[in-house]
Amino acid sequence: MFITKLTPLLNHTASGLSTLLAWLLGIFWIFPLIYALWAAIHPPEYATRFALNAPLSMENFHAAWEQAPFVSYMLNTVAITLLILVFQLVLCTLAGYALARIRFRGRGLVFALILMQLMIVPEILIVENYQTLASLQAIDTYIGVGLPYLASAFGIFLLRQTFKTIPQELEDAARIEGCSNLQIIWKVYVPLAKPTYLAFSLVSISYHWNNFLWPLVATNTENSRPLTVGMAIFGAPESGVDWSVISAGTLISVAPLLIVFLVFQRQFVQSFMRAGVK
Amino acid sequence: MSRNQQIYAWLLLLPALSLLAAFTHIPMITTFWRSFTSSGMQNNTGFTWENYRYLYEDDVFWQVLSNSLWYAAITVPVSMFLALGMALWVNSKIHGKSILRLAYFTPTILPMISVANIWLFFYTPEIGLFNELLSWFGHHGYNWLGDPDLSLYSLMLMTIWKEAGFFMIFYLAALQTISPDLYQAASIEGASRWTNLRRITLPLLMPTTLFVLVNAFLNAFKLVDHLFILTKGGPNNASNLLLYYIYENAFSFFDTAYAAVLTVVLLILLIALAALQFGVIERRVHYR
Repeated sequence: MFITKLTPLLNHTASGLSTLLAWLLGIFWIFPLIYALWAAIHPPEYATRFALNAPLSMENFHAAWEQAPFVSYMLNTVAITLLILVFQLVLCTLAGYALARIRFRGRGLVFALILMQLMIVPEILIVENYQTLASLQAIDTYIGVGLPYLASAFGIFLLRQTFKTIPQELEDAARIEGCSNLQIIWKVYVPLAKPTYLAFSLVSISYHWNNFLWPLVATNTENSRPLTVGMAIFGAPESGVDWSVISAGTLISVAPLLIVFLVFQRQFVQSFMRAGVK
Repeated sequence: MSRNQQIYAWLLLLPALSLLAAFTHIPMITTFWRSFTSSGMQNNTGFTWENYRYLYEDDVFWQVLSNSLWYAAITVPVSMFLALGMALWVNSKIHGKSILRLAYFTPTILPMISVANIWLFFYTPEIGLFNELLSWFGHHGYNWLGDPDLSLYSLMLMTIWKEAGFFMIFYLAALQTISPDLYQAASIEGASRWTNLRRITLPLLMPTTLFVLVNAFLNAFKLVDHLFILTKGGPNNASNLLLYYIYENAFSFFDTAYAAVLTVVLLILLIALAALQFGVIERRVHYR
């Protein structure tokens, strides 16, 4: 009797506790970003002193902007990310179509070879890939930073899955209308796979915007250095920059991606989910 | 199937396949080759076990390997456990769940390098935020990154923060495929929330858990960006990890032959995990 009266109360307390825990964790998770924002918009002496009356200042952004060539880092990142994305979309479409719709000898083996890249990403083979790049004389170029990623196993896999769900009848109808093979891909398959293209693009952009190790070895001047590599140099303790300025620099470097994330939040989460349903 | 179709398929695959061969398959083979036929920066020195013998005798390697395994063994289960909690929370009727989801997921999309800069400040001994917090409680604080006993754990903490939100997404996707009918049936039986979790949710999440587990391990061996900012593997290799050690050998010590041997070790680890994953996926089919 007593227990049955107590259960709702216990349940209520448990759910209250659970909500509290959820929020504490949430605050801890978002805290570094909030902190960076705090440090960036206040004078350096307030970097660790959280006072409500601390004066606002844009000085840190100004200082960060002066100390690192953010414009060229940003342009390099955008150029590299887009270059990779465009090639990936084209190459993965062609390969994905072939694997989804054409029966050819060795299809299973080819697919297995492609999937290997899901486990063994190019940065694992950094030594050999660097030497390949050097022999192509592509060190410190956009295409050099992009080359190992232009063919994406993940993209091929996603598009193959999507293309398989498109009814064969649509292709047959287009063929009767006199479409060539490439026209069929372009006019039938690509438009119907739009959500997959969006999902893949978001994953690809966030991966390559954030990528560090390969760009670090593949670039050596500001001609091609992306934001991540620039930030690593900028934030190094030897460079004698203070925390407020580093925070401002960090915000400058993550702002574009953060804005894209906020705008496409739902698609972002869904595209990562799609990535999960491999 | 016509001959034309065959040729056509290969033509469509050619660009992607040649790039994959150039940057994944061929380098795997040449790495293996180099590990047996080179020394230092010199290639084609003839067949030799020398690099492997050196590997066996290299104390740093054994330390780095054990660091990597510890790092994976701790960060993977902890971040998966948190990820599961997060997914259950944002899938329930909690207040402000869209804000929470945003908070949990944000670290995933931020560059490791940039956020490591902020974490570096949290960890700094004199003025860092963590020690500042401890000082409120009268504690004099730790040298989070400079203490060999702590530096690897400090790295782990940041990795967990970075990864949990990413794994949450997989759990969230799986939770949304569970039919509400099951819970309705359970509530007619008078099942508590705890019973629901233990008897319905967790068993149905098993395939996802296995999938995330393997991928999380794969990830743990690939992720080293924060080392470049936080510790550079130090102090005295206490927080060094395999991929970073490969990078150091190749690009700081210019010993590409030894880097190749280390890469072979990493490849074996990754391929073993991949094989496990295929086993897991095979088994997933039987669950359905």
